[in-house]
This record gives sequence, C-alpha cells and structure tokens, in this order.
Amino acid sequence: MSLRIVVTVKYVPDATGDRHFADDLTVDRDDVDGLLSELDEYAVEQALQIADEADDAEITVLTVGPEDAKDALRKALSMGADKAIHVEDDDLHGTDAIGTSLVLAKAIEKAGYDLVISGMASTDGTMGVVPALLAERLGVPQVTLLSEVSVEDGVVRGRRDGDSASEQLEASLPAVVSVTDQSGEARYPSFKGIMAAKKKPVEAWDLSDLDLEAEEVGLAGAYSVVDSATERPARTAGTIVKDEGEGGKQLAEFLAGQKFI
Amino acid sequence: MAEVLVYVDHVDGAVRKPTLELLTLARRIGSPVAVALGAGAADTAAVLGEHGAVKVLTHEAAEYADYLVVPKVDALQAAYDAVSPAAVLVPSSAEGKEIAARLALRIGSGIITDAVDLEAGDEGPVATQSAFAASFTTKTRVAKGTPVITVKPNSAAVEAAPAAGAVEALAVTFSAQATGTKVTARTPRESTGRPELTEAAIVVSGGRGVNGAENFPVIEALADSLGAAVGASRAAVDAGWYPHTNQVGQTGKSVSPQLYIANGISGAIQHRAGMQTSKTIVAVNKDAEAPIFDLVDYGVVGDLFDVVPQLTEEINARKG
Repeated sequence: MSLRIVVTVKYVPDATGDRHFADDLTVDRDDVDGLLSELDEYAVEQALQIADEADDAEITVLTVGPEDAKDALRKALSMGADKAIHVEDDDLHGTDAIGTSLVLAKAIEKAGYDLVISGMASTDGTMGVVPALLAERLGVPQVTLLSEVSVEDGVVRGRRDGDSASEQLEASLPAVVSVTDQSGEARYPSFKGIMAAKKKPVEAWDLSDLDLEAEEVGLAGAYSVVDSATERPARTAGTIVKDEGEGGKQLAEFLAGQKFI
Repeated sequence: MAEVLVYVDHVDGAVRKPTLELLTLARRIGSPVAVALGAGAADTAAVLGEHGAVKVLTHEAAEYADYLVVPKVDALQAAYDAVSPAAVLVPSSAEGKEIAARLALRIGSGIITDAVDLEAGDEGPVATQSAFAASFTTKTRVAKGTPVITVKPNSAAVEAAPAAGAVEALAVTFSAQATGTKVTARTPRESTGRPELTEAAIVVSGGRGVNGAENFPVIEALADSLGAAVGASRAAVDAGWYPHTNQVGQTGKSVSPQLYIANGISGAIQHRAGMQTSKTIVAVNKDAEAPIFDLVDYGVVGDLFDVVPQLTEEINARKG
C-alpha cells in the first residue's frame, strides 16, 4: 500500500527583509517578500528521502495561508512533492497557532495520511508548537525535533538531540514527525522539477470544505491576543577601537569597568 | 491568593535555574505550586520551597523517561485539574514548549511561548515577547481559558522567598497516547563543566573567523577565564567546527546573557536573532564593516588570534 506523506509548510515573510507588524498587530505580509519557510525545506527533503526508500509513496504538501502562499507550495512541488493542498479563506486572517493546528488537522484528516512531516518551527512565529499540537489533535504519536529520521515496515525511528541528552525514538505509523535543520541539506529544485511542478495539481480548500466555522479561527477566534508591538530601539552606538597591539587589554579595561572582571 | 502551576525542569532532583526564575515570575501572579515528575521528584522540594513554592506536587514513574512528552502532559493536566490554577508556567525548552502546547489544547486555553517577562494585569498575566529576530517587543495576553505560558531562561532573577514547599503526591492516570513514542536509547551529553548556554550569565561565541575546529580552544580559554558558556555561529557549526547544541541563532539557541562576546562573527540576521537581547554586547572582528559592530557596546577591529589571547591573559592576570 502506498505510504501517504503530508508535509505541512508555511509561507513566511523573508527573514532578511525588514519585517513589521500590520495595524491589527498581525504579521505584515505586504511590505516584505514571502517565501517557503527555510525550516520547512528540511521537512520536504526528508519526505522525499523517505518516499525514495518506500516501495510506493505519495507526498502531499499542505499550507494554510493567503493567495501568495501558493509560491511556497510551488517550491515544494518543484523540489519533488507530488501534489498540493492550499487552505485559503479570508476568515483565516490572524489565526494563531492553536487555530492553525485545527485547520491543518482537519485538512490532514480529509487528505488521508500515514505520516505527517513538519519543520521544527516557522521562521516568523518561531513557536515550534504546531507539530505537537497536530499530534494531540490527530491522536497519533509525536516524534519531533529529529535530526535523523527513517521509516521502515510501518515504524518511524529517529534521533532527537536535546539539551541534556540525545534520544533514539520509535513509534508506529500513523505519526507526526518534525525535523530540524540538522536533518540534512534540502535539495535545490532542478529545471526539470520546476517545469514538472507547473503541471502538478494544487487543490484549493476553504473553511466550509473542512466543516469549520469562521469564529473558530482568525483574529476573532484567537486564543491569545497581542496588545502592543514596539520596535526595539536601536542600540546606542558603542565604542569601536582598532587593535594596534593593545586591543585585548583595552577590551579587558572595558569589561572591568562594567564589573564583568 | 490564586495558585500558579510551575512545571519543574530538573535532572534527578537537581532543579535547573530557569525553574527558579519561573518561581520569581509566578509570585507576581499568585502563589506558586510546583509540579515535579520522574526520578528524584521529591528531592526538588527543598530548593523549590526556598524560592517560593508553597506546595510541590510530585509523581515518579518509569513512563516519564521511557516515552516522549505525553506522560508529562498527562501529569501536568492532572495537576491542573487538582489545583485549578490562575496560570501555568513552563520553562521554554524544546520539550517544555511541546508539553505546554498540548496541555493548552486539552484544557481549551491559549498559549504564549518564549516570554521574556511576565506581570499581573487586569485581564490576566501580560507576557513580553521578542519578535522578528528581536527587532520588536510585543505585549501578549491569553484570551481564552487559563493562560499557559512558557518563559525563556534569564527572564527574571532568582530570588529567595521561603515558603512551605510541602510535598504532596500527585495522582496521575496515563492516557492511551502516553506510550505512543518510545525512547529506545538515551545518550547523556558529556559535561563540559561550563554553564548551560541558555542559562549562562556570560556567553563567548566563535564564528567563521575562528577558521577551524582546532582553533576553538582560543574561544574556550576566554570563556573559561570568565566562567562563561561557549557559543558558535551557524557558519562555524555548519563547517563542523563546533557542536550544533552550541549554535546561537535563529535555528539554534536564543540567548540573553548579561554579556555576549562575539568573536569572528559577522552578525548576519540569522545570528542576531539569537543574541540581540543580550544586555552588553562586545565583538572582535577583522572587518570594520561587519554588521555585528552596529550592535556592540564595545568593539575591537582586529585579528581575534591577537586580541582574544591577550584579553584572556589580562583577565586571568587581574583575577590572580
């Protein structure tokens, strides 16, 4: 039987751009170019490698986001995923992590899955909680933050490098996996991949396709609220000296003055 | 006074510093009730009591070590049901965030992660967070249910505040999901004898300019002279010069020490995201145009192999 892999991806504002909040304190998506979150590329890569090892596998990339989020799906398709699902609905604007996990879980169940693979976190919200939330919602094992992953005979195994120990994990499918940026460099789409991606199917679903109500998601349905966002004041210009043989001693003097020595 | 649940991060009964910082923050909102799980749980009570825990709920079972995350969620939920707290605080480790998220979902509550400060507010606790590589500061509240908040290390001072710290056994029934993900092997990290990166008061980091694993002892010697943790930029980690567990930046650890010393690090956004909130920032770099110099309180333009050993020697001389 075919191994059904769903990869969740996020379309995020480019981290090297000048990111801001919009007036409603959601992430401003207009002034900075968006792209597939770098950390999700690792999830797509591991999905491709797992599919290569399987007799028969199909990779679906799934995103929840505005119109432009199609770019993220296109990138994943050009890397080699088979098809895509785009959940898009005006009522989704401002949805928080709890709401996003609800929409993703509904879509994953509708799509059908044996294995869900996510990145370790998004590069904009950086919470890193969606994979755990998906496992909780789907009622399947959570095998997260893996720097090595493999699937064999319906069992997923991987290595999780924690702060105090490195752990080997094991769970039966279906399961939710997340992978870190240590899991292996993501491939660049080939020209052939980019051309092929244009012909791959992208399904569009809205909230009603997932039997969800507007008030369950969006800013109104959010479980947390941002009251204010303040740009951090630029750091006041420091002292910069050129080393002319005494740089280390000058630095020691500064640190002593600040009572660090 | 309302009770506040504090999830205890400990290793065989030795409480890690971020948990004591949580107790400081918890006391601003209510009276702290600690939850300690697994081997050595009861041994945490004395130090937790000294820092303000009125009660310490404990439960020991093999499941906490043998299976990933879910047994701890089951236990924290049992404590939540027993106490009906005003808020639940969890240290912002990778595991802490996962535990907190699953608990929030189960109890129908919102979650805030990576808070760097916390205060009482009219509509519940208000968390301060950093956003977009720490270029913004946000104030956030949980709007539904009991706030579940994870707090980053170094967000508050550890304060002595003697309280009862009375140990009570927590009754826990594990869910069907608890045994879903088995931990088949565990290799503890070798101790370097240096402080934990995210908890350290001083962090000394090396980047591309260190130019090889064989040169990192120069960085380590400076760190040791200051009793500091050692960090590394993504460039240094990707090159294989230093372990990923020491990486500071967007995809590594985010640190907020009293003093951060960046050596041979240009200061790309990926790195700044992980260290920009440090109180005092110092850099040594050959390139006077490196963006790291925009952040520094004190910078030395020069070869780190001249400047850093001289600095280390000077520090050791002054200590002696």
